[in-house]
Amino acid sequence: MKRKHKRLLFVALGILILAAAASLILFAFKGNIIFFLSPTEITEKSKKNEISPQQRLRIGGLVEKGSLTKGVINRFKVTDLNKSIIVEFKGLLPDLFREGQGIVAEGRYNNAVFTASEVLAKHDETYMPPEVAEALKKSGKWKPTLEK
Amino acid sequence: MIVEIGHFSLVLALFIAGLQGTLPIIGAHRNNHSLMAVATPAAIIQFILILGSFIALTYAFLVSDFSVINVASNSHTEKPTLYKISGVWGNHEGSMLLWALILAGYGAAIAAFGENLRPTLKVRILGVQALIGTGILAFILLTSNPFLRLTPAPVNGNGLNPLLQDPGLAFHPPLLYLGYVGLSLTFSFAVAALIEGRVDAAWARWVRPWTLAAWGFLTGGIVLGSWWAYYELGWGGWWFWDPVENASFMPWLAATALLHSAIVSEKRDGLKAWTIFLAIMAFGLSLLGTFLVRSGVITSVHAFASDPTRGVFILLLLIVTIGGAFILFAWRGPTLKGAGLFQPVSREGGLVINNFLLTVAAASILLGTLYPLFIDVLKLGKVSVGAPYFESVFVPMMIPMIAIMGLAPLLKWKRGDFKTAIEKLKFAIALSIIGGLFVWILIDRASAFTSLGMTISLWLLTATLTELAGRIKLFRGPLSESINYLFRQPRASWGMTLAHAGLAIAIAGITASSSWKVESIQIMKFGDQVNVAGYNYTLKHVREIQGPNYKALRGTFIVNKGDDINWVLEPEKRFYTDPVMTTTEAAIRPTFLGDLYAVVGDRDEKSGGYITRIYFNPLVPWMWTGAIIMVLGAGISLTDRRHRVGAPSSNKIPAPGIPAE
Repeated sequence: MKRKHKRLLFVALGILILAAAASLILFAFKGNIIFFLSPTEITEKSKKNEISPQQRLRIGGLVEKGSLTKGVINRFKVTDLNKSIIVEFKGLLPDLFREGQGIVAEGRYNNAVFTASEVLAKHDETYMPPEVAEALKKSGKWKPTLEK
Repeated sequence: MIVEIGHFSLVLALFIAGLQGTLPIIGAHRNNHSLMAVATPAAIIQFILILGSFIALTYAFLVSDFSVINVASNSHTEKPTLYKISGVWGNHEGSMLLWALILAGYGAAIAAFGENLRPTLKVRILGVQALIGTGILAFILLTSNPFLRLTPAPVNGNGLNPLLQDPGLAFHPPLLYLGYVGLSLTFSFAVAALIEGRVDAAWARWVRPWTLAAWGFLTGGIVLGSWWAYYELGWGGWWFWDPVENASFMPWLAATALLHSAIVSEKRDGLKAWTIFLAIMAFGLSLLGTFLVRSGVITSVHAFASDPTRGVFILLLLIVTIGGAFILFAWRGPTLKGAGLFQPVSREGGLVINNFLLTVAAASILLGTLYPLFIDVLKLGKVSVGAPYFESVFVPMMIPMIAIMGLAPLLKWKRGDFKTAIEKLKFAIALSIIGGLFVWILIDRASAFTSLGMTISLWLLTATLTELAGRIKLFRGPLSESINYLFRQPRASWGMTLAHAGLAIAIAGITASSSWKVESIQIMKFGDQVNVAGYNYTLKHVREIQGPNYKALRGTFIVNKGDDINWVLEPEKRFYTDPVMTTTEAAIRPTFLGDLYAVVGDRDEKSGGYITRIYFNPLVPWMWTGAIIMVLGAGISLTDRRHRVGAPSSNKIPAPGIPAE
């Protein structure tokens, strides 16, 4: 093989890998971008029928005090102090899950219930997830003291 | 007093680092030997000063000096001694001090053991290392000072986050930093070589052991963190594609690529610019990881409580360091002429393709990790990129990579012969296809993906062993001779065989545990039984126990299978008071085919039973074993004579046993 051909082969192989990677990425992005919504936004969007039951979503806010019932399926409300959403989660809640604390849940919204497949609370108890802070700012209930 | 000495010594270290970062580089440029002579003692003094500072902080933690803010917010008198010490790096400020200590430690190692390096190269490496150190030390002193005092001192501290009070996590950060920060040294090597305008085989030979050491530590650190998540979070998962996990995985991919491209630079005098590029990228990704973790720009379960000034500072540091290096690269890179192109079918050809695949994989992870940030900055809403993205992008790229990974070691340098290699590998090919079909037909018809995973795992293992067999001339002479050859294999070759075989075993574990996990959540009363994956679990009782600084509910499960198995699993749910928090301690019983994994949860008020979660996690022990074998491979390879720091540059004929044909 000539020098030129060799170079061509490597370049072609490189482009092939890049093209394959790019199509993989585009394909994967299509289905796996998860939008974050605040409880108020979910309520508004579902009124307008803008949420499909198949769509994966993330919601964030504070766990409403007194709303938690534990069991094999845990039920609680997530609030941005304006609207709140009922969340159901099967499994053990993370260790840092507590009423009044900021959490992020991932799952699907259907018939006014958010069925979470994952609930994230932070390892660090003084940490407020940026999305939760955002949700509280949007609802106008953000207090800098909550940042602590 | 000791705390003030520590603080003062850190300030002094900053000044020394400033001197070390400028004078020797100027000296090397002007050929001024007295300026160059500053580098070695400065590197050692800088290390001793930071060590003193680190010891002072550790002392403050050990004696619980709560007049120091950092100790007051992260320690407590009742904490066990191990966690008082690990508390030093269990917080942002202290962990940055550990970062700086390790950075200076690598510099001091070059100063002390690098006497065989070219003098100008050595002082330039130390200079660049000190420039990074100057940035990090300034960052600590200006934004994250662990020595600040608090008046009045509280009676007791806030305590360390109980999730971090765990032996696995006590050692996870130091190992991870030894890896992350170890890449600073390969970065310094690359920048020094660019300044010098000279990258030769000797340079590549000097870089390899340091890359290997950093890679070994990074592998160990990541695995330890993953293992911790597995047993401590109680979800039975071990990798979540969380931004912070990705932040450690991207430098690992880059370091893996670097490790292999440096071999090509050494043996074939090629890929020089690419090796330099990877060395810069690997450390750049480490710094990016530090930025992502410390700035709080991304939602992650691991993020530290954040402060915007810190984020800006690290971002600036990242831009200056990596931007500077790339400008230098653009300027000097074109002068790095290699030995020309290779044959596509050759060992170096395989290494090039895999290097490219690793880099593209790292880039696609980078894209997924930073995508939410871009969208946020562009005000297009808040999004997150889920684990399925990473799985569906990363896994397909790894399949051709592993196919080549089995093949390339059997190709010769310069001009490999595809046919001969395939001829040698026919056993491996047959076995891996049969294995895959076996999995598909007999175990799991549902998933072609799982059989594919098992096929590539078997392929990598058998191909690696075939390569070893070829090297020791197994079945081509008397067995005693082969055994003789086996013991005379160079340690670097052992390193490769172990690392590749370890990965093969780990892939089997990863595939099985993500495909065949069995999970069962239920409420159990005392005496209730549940069957998970053929094992019978009986909840005997749940009792309250008292630990050193916590109370706990301990559930006792009796596990039966047949007549010979009668195990006890005792998961706990711990309640800490300083700070108030509960943690889950899963009970795990590893077996050859998988882990029995039990978690006890809250009491169900209605029925009076306890919520329990029981898993069978197939082949998870294989994953940990494979990873340990990989780290072991790095360790053994490091003891090879050829990898000694500054080994004499004469290119000795390799030891007997290297394929003769």
